[in-house]
Amino acid sequence: MFERLLEAPPYSLRQAEKGALLLPGLNDLTRFHYERCAPYARIIDAAWGGLKACGSIADLPFLPVQLFKQHVLASTATPVMTLQSSGTTGQTPSRIVLDAETAERQARALVATFRPILGDSRLPFLAIDTKDVIKADNLTARGAGVLGMMKFGAKATFALAPDLEIDDAAVRRFVAANGGRPFLIFGFTFLVWTKLFEQYGDGELDLSNAILVHSGGWKKLEEKRVSNAVFRAALKTRFNLTHIYNFYGFVEQIGSMFVEGPDGLLYPPNFTDVIVRRPGSWEEAAEGEEGVLQVVSLLPKSYPGHSVLTEDRGTVVAMDSGRGDRFGKAITIAGRVAKAELRGCSDVIASEAR
Amino acid sequence: MTLEEKVFAAFKDAFDLEDGIDRASLVYREFPEWNSIGHMTLVAALETQFDAMLEANEILAMSSFDKAVEIMAKYDEH
Repeated sequence: MFERLLEAPPYSLRQAEKGALLLPGLNDLTRFHYERCAPYARIIDAAWGGLKACGSIADLPFLPVQLFKQHVLASTATPVMTLQSSGTTGQTPSRIVLDAETAERQARALVATFRPILGDSRLPFLAIDTKDVIKADNLTARGAGVLGMMKFGAKATFALAPDLEIDDAAVRRFVAANGGRPFLIFGFTFLVWTKLFEQYGDGELDLSNAILVHSGGWKKLEEKRVSNAVFRAALKTRFNLTHIYNFYGFVEQIGSMFVEGPDGLLYPPNFTDVIVRRPGSWEEAAEGEEGVLQVVSLLPKSYPGHSVLTEDRGTVVAMDSGRGDRFGKAITIAGRVAKAELRGCSDVIASEAR
Repeated sequence: MTLEEKVFAAFKDAFDLEDGIDRASLVYREFPEWNSIGHMTLVAALETQFDAMLEANEILAMSSFDKAVEIMAKYDEH
């Protein structure tokens, strides 16, 4: 079933059909993790009334992502790698244990998600990052993102020096050699803005053949009063860059990425889904009502992350719209949740994991 | 050079191998140097060796030395 979902175009399923296909796989994953991860089993028993097959995706037990900062939760006996959140200062990073199977599921999901945008042949690749980001033993989310996207790229070039300042000569060489045909730029949204956009003047670089894929959130850019619309308009004016795809993703579910559609909305691909919850009561919010995002995904097998409550606020703004051949839910992200809103929920559950 | 030797030359280049190494031990995520970062080094070495550009799906499928030989066969024109 996972295979079938990966082979179909990523947003081909209508919501009802998607829910029916995902539910058995997600119930299986709850059981899978219950049997292999003792702290997870304790949480399910104590906070969710024990293991049971749920009748709808909204009824599935979920873990707050903060739990992955407090505990290393693993359901595998053969870990190969630990991923870390990129970690803003002063915060404990999440640690996500991967084994070969889950890493492969993530990589295949990434390819399935981006193939419709990037095609089968790999494109010259310009990372708005330093090559040091992929060197660490414990990859950060940023490093995992760059490494994951490199599979779509050839002749990988890193636009930033190790101190994260722009390597102007490298960028100009890359654009001179590859700018005449489609090429791929990947980077974190904030780095694209501060290290690429802000370092060049209008018309100084021609990026009209570039396809920009970026992620990482808008929090730091909001401080600069840069919204998605401003970002897109500014890159068009400065570089004639128009093929721009933002995506939403987080380290606890690497490989499950919601990519921006032609309408600017974010769409969960077939093997994932999203539920918006009201903070406090944690019941499912109505369509159009802002709340806290829960994301479910068929990818995580090495750690119990198939159903997590994020720290992000968002809204389901469309369902089965069919715009750009995209069905299922379409969301917007409104930013981070205030700490106090989550405290009750995560403390109760975290106390069970010890 | 045979196809297998050309593929091995790329592995040697990527992972700094001795000639006598057991090729069956070259398995993605089991052989120590062949981690997710080493994987991209290997792809670059194969592409240089064969003067070819692999598809993303082929990069994903390349899970062992034998599998690499199988995938690179289509790029071996000499």
